[in-house]
Amino acid sequence: MGNVEIIGHFGPYGGRFVPEALIGALDELEEAHNSAIHDSAFQSELRNLHLTYTGRPSIITEVKRFAEHAGDARILLKREDLNHTGSHKINNVLGQALLTRRMGKNRIIAETGAGQHGVASATAAALFGLECVVYMGEEDIRRQALNVARMKLLGAEVVPVRTGSRTLKDAINEAMRDWVTNVESTHYLLGTVAGPHPFPTMVRDFQKIIGEEAREQLLELVGRLPDAVLACVGGGSNAIGIFHAFIPDTSVRLIGLEAGGDGIETGRHAATITGGSVGVLHGTRSYVLQDSNGQTIESHSISAGLDYPGVGPEHAYLHDIGRAEYRAINDDEAMEAFSLLSRTEGIIPAIESAHALAGAIRVGKELGPDAILLVNLSGRGDKDVETAADYFKIEL
Amino acid sequence: MRTPLEELFVKVRNENRAALIAYLPAGFPTLQKCKDAIATLAAAGVDAIEIGFPYSDPVMDGATIQEAADISLKGGTGAVEVLETLKFAHEVGLPAVVMTYWNPIERYGVDAFAKAIVHNGGSGVITPDLTIEESSQWKRSTTEAGLNTIYVLAPSSTQDRIAAVSAECSGFVYAASLMGVTGARATISAGARELVSRIRATSNLPISVGLGVSTRDQARNVAGFADGVIVGSAFIKALLDAKSYEEGLAEISSLARQLAAGVREGR
Repeated sequence: MGNVEIIGHFGPYGGRFVPEALIGALDELEEAHNSAIHDSAFQSELRNLHLTYTGRPSIITEVKRFAEHAGDARILLKREDLNHTGSHKINNVLGQALLTRRMGKNRIIAETGAGQHGVASATAAALFGLECVVYMGEEDIRRQALNVARMKLLGAEVVPVRTGSRTLKDAINEAMRDWVTNVESTHYLLGTVAGPHPFPTMVRDFQKIIGEEAREQLLELVGRLPDAVLACVGGGSNAIGIFHAFIPDTSVRLIGLEAGGDGIETGRHAATITGGSVGVLHGTRSYVLQDSNGQTIESHSISAGLDYPGVGPEHAYLHDIGRAEYRAINDDEAMEAFSLLSRTEGIIPAIESAHALAGAIRVGKELGPDAILLVNLSGRGDKDVETAADYFKIEL
Repeated sequence: MRTPLEELFVKVRNENRAALIAYLPAGFPTLQKCKDAIATLAAAGVDAIEIGFPYSDPVMDGATIQEAADISLKGGTGAVEVLETLKFAHEVGLPAVVMTYWNPIERYGVDAFAKAIVHNGGSGVITPDLTIEESSQWKRSTTEAGLNTIYVLAPSSTQDRIAAVSAECSGFVYAASLMGVTGARATISAGARELVSRIRATSNLPISVGLGVSTRDQARNVAGFADGVIVGSAFIKALLDAKSYEEGLAEISSLARQLAAGVREGR
């Protein structure tokens, strides 16, 4: 217990703010994760799954035609969009599914916003023969119909959440309620680096493979470290995943792109670090969008996967110590980058990842042609076709 | 010096019965109607009240309290209204505590919140999502203010955990009767009795049982082994289901009388 206070924190952030009913399950999970890290059989099983199922290592693609619009900087994409199920989410899900089995549980629950984590969870549940229930806000179900269908085809139950803003935040509330009730049989397969300890640390450990691979790939491809690493930040798992290996490389700027929605000044955004304040949400202390009474303010973004009023505690810490910088990208800027990558490179990105691409356009212009930028292309855009068609007024 | 809540538990021990503790979110259904409901409950034999601080993300609460919190938040309830309601409860003579998720306290200012509770006649605060590991500042502030700190234990809590958490409690220890969220249940699980006896093995504090209690029979049953019986969702549901406001008050008055009889029949 005593060491949780040190281990589970990132400076003043992180920790555990949860009902006492969950403490046993969190301790059990922490123990399973700690022992798995040092268990070569576990590690080799996970490595093998990534090799033969996920499709790792994911490749690096240099995007020269896109870069012409970004100050002619060299821009290299880490292609997490090519993973099985279409995003980085599978990295974490396979790790936690193995832990679920290790703990002897037979049911997983998950929250999902864009549906990417829900699809990945449903996939792992099918692969491991686990029962799977995915909580999803009613508003997100409408925005991400394709992913809802995928989850159902994979055998998962999708439960619409009709409380609050009917998006990711409320799906997490509902998943927590399920977990409190069914904790003995059930593992809560949280999809991001938020939530109570050990989730922020554990999910990062399963995602850091992105940066480890990319760092090696870049050294081989271009012979040096990049000037900046860019990733979109909702809860922050793909960003921590690609940042982590570069944290000791102080010459490398780490830049997180938050969802600016209609613009920070309008109040309709999901840029938690840029436009929020310190608070506690979903079991962890971090930056939060909240009012003067500590009530969570609803976030807004065209991207369902970034539409979350909290952010992982490690990002809050990296921000405070100045190791990472966070900027906001508005809906329009993200959609412009979405369209640009599609038309110049033949790659349709997830709208989430388009925020990172928009950041690369800005930073490329700032740094110029000598700069090398590594961008995490965290997901593919198939799921966003309807939203994009609607935005660009394309008739389907 | 004892808080009014501590005085209450001395009194009910002397009367060889359990205390009946009601829960209502401040500002539900409105600021004034909530006060009327509190006065009604006091007149009908409720011994103490928990004033809920409605919160946007209540992960410990079932559908009934969520709905009440939504109504209250839409009405604009914040810290000011919570404290005003607390003061009212104190003035009608009920030992009163605030039950709140942690973030509103942190947002208000931990020290300032503890002082404001005392200033408005509150005996203590129940914090369902504050773990003892995160409570060092809260402990300093509440000790200085002379407030009871009430934490919630669950059937899944280990014996070590029960000892550590109940050592941080004062006023009473809150025992959750089951694994789950708030809301009326058809039966009270056997886990409640077992949890209470596991807490008794390590703590001399009064123990109150909450989650799922809604009937006289259940109150009688729980009063057989606990020092306090907490009822929340059943009162709220009666108010939500009533055809009129007056009917709602009559319903909760009658329910409170039933439950007050129940807590006197258990031993």
